[in-house]
Amino acid sequence: MRKFKSNLIVALCGASVLLALVPLAMILFYVISRGFSALNWAFFTQTPKPVGEAGGGMGNAIVGTLILIVIAGVIAIPVGVLSGVHLAEFKGTRFSSMVRFAADVLNGVPSIVIGIFAYAIIVLPLKRFSAIAGGFALAIIVIPVVARTTEELLRLVPGGLKEAALALGATRAKAMFSVILPAALPGILTGILVALARVAGETAPLLFTAFNNRFFSTNVTQPIGSLTVQVFTYALSPYDDWIRQAWAGALVLVTMILILSIIARVATRRLERMARG
Amino acid sequence: MDEVKITVRDFDFYYGTNKVLHAISLDIPKNRVTALIGPSGCGKSTFLRSINRMNDIIPGIRVDGKILVDDVDVYGSGIDVVSLRRRVGMVFQKSNPFPKSIYENVAYGLRINGLRDKRKLDEAVSRSLDRAALLDEVKDRLNASALALSGGQQQRLCIARALAVDPDVLLMDEPASALDPIATQKIEELVFDLKKNYTIVIVTHNMQQAARVSDRTAFFMLGKLVEYDDTRTIFMNPSVKLTEDYITGRFG
Ligand SMILES: Nc1ncnc2c1ncn2[C@@H]1O[C@H](COP(=O)(O)OP(=O)(O)OP(=O)(O)O)[C@@H](O)[C@H]1O
Ligand SMILES: [Mg+2]
Repeated sequence: MRKFKSNLIVALCGASVLLALVPLAMILFYVISRGFSALNWAFFTQTPKPVGEAGGGMGNAIVGTLILIVIAGVIAIPVGVLSGVHLAEFKGTRFSSMVRFAADVLNGVPSIVIGIFAYAIIVLPLKRFSAIAGGFALAIIVIPVVARTTEELLRLVPGGLKEAALALGATRAKAMFSVILPAALPGILTGILVALARVAGETAPLLFTAFNNRFFSTNVTQPIGSLTVQVFTYALSPYDDWIRQAWAGALVLVTMILILSIIARVATRRLERMARG
Repeated sequence: MDEVKITVRDFDFYYGTNKVLHAISLDIPKNRVTALIGPSGCGKSTFLRSINRMNDIIPGIRVDGKILVDDVDVYGSGIDVVSLRRRVGMVFQKSNPFPKSIYENVAYGLRINGLRDKRKLDEAVSRSLDRAALLDEVKDRLNASALALSGGQQQRLCIARALAVDPDVLLMDEPASALDPIATQKIEELVFDLKKNYTIVIVTHNMQQAARVSDRTAFFMLGKLVEYDDTRTIFMNPSVKLTEDYITGRFG
């Protein structure tokens, strides 16, 4: 009887894993089989053709997504890491528990709400959609993740390191930035890259911030195209060629996210090995 | 009587409302090794960490009385804790090298002091490693990670790191308790050598070690200083019964 129960549990676990893996495999299969056929050189280098015309590409949207991620990173990395440092260093205070709670709430806010927020405080005053507004919305999503990851990882750094630094005459800030933060850096870096990879796939907060742009643009005060919004637009269109390109866009997006995740892993290993020697 | 380096007068220490040191008074001589012994929880580490104010990072602590290093009250107003800690170095029970190279570990204290001159840093690093009896073992891999060293080597690296900032006093909290007999012997020889230039205060649970390396021994119990005298006197002819009982292993 016990044996049977144990076998049953093992079987159930196996079935669950399968259930989880099947959709993933199917998504990848669909995206690759449908997307690959629409990929060509023009897809990467050209901009969308006017409605109804076949051909063209998503070069502008690929560049746009990269620009949005860079803007989000430039804002969210310093703010998130420094917030995490504050949370770890002043863990007992009322202010830090408020900030921690706020970060956790913000983490659960639907991304479309964050889009509306960015719309209200950036798009409305400037009276136009812009890459800045889109990057800002993505940054708001990334900040709490980076802050909490940083906090957790700083706490895992053995207290002995801090004591050693202080005993050598380091100030509290010096101990943090010259010893504790570097010790936690590999993990923090992974957290940052994973968070950025996640928002690279966001659509909702971009719809009324970065909006969309049919043309190549690197001007951050102008609307900018992005892979997600472009895929969204094309997938809903009645044109076969656009739907084909939507699949191709999805494939490129998934690949970009995959590459970011791989970079995260490799860089983390490198840094860890450097620390260990 | 030797020249006094550290003077302690009626020193009380509280964790919150819990008083763990009661009216400690003693004089620690310059360029000698002073051992602190006593049963677990009697306040040896607390006392040691009071001298360089490492306890300051624990919230809710309070002190009373005086600790003078070179006749300056370390708890007095206007004392600069950072410069105090540069003069009063510390080695911990658990070796705690930074996850950096051997070189960077030793250079750390000097770098945060603003020393940039590469040649001076090189010099100081090899001098400190030499004093800590580690140079020969690591001199051709200074850029390797400190974490790749053995436990005993790591502890000597921590000693080198503390020596690099050129303190006058070295506080050691059971520096050899996690090491094998051979590594322990190395540390003991090192302590013996170092007292030419440094005033050393060492906590140990090992009676033989206290007897071997120290000139003076202080016996603590339940937060009180029971007896403080020349090490030979404490071990051969203690004046308090409690000390004798502890040293001969009748309790603790
Ligand atoms: N951070 C702390 N907060 C509150 N109480 C503490 C703290 N550290 C130590 N104590 C208490 O102070 C007393 C003295 O502790 P201390 O660590 O100084 O003893 P010790 O003599 O070093 O013991 P051991 O030989 O086990 O290291 C103990 O009763 C201990 O419980
Ligand atoms: Mg102790």
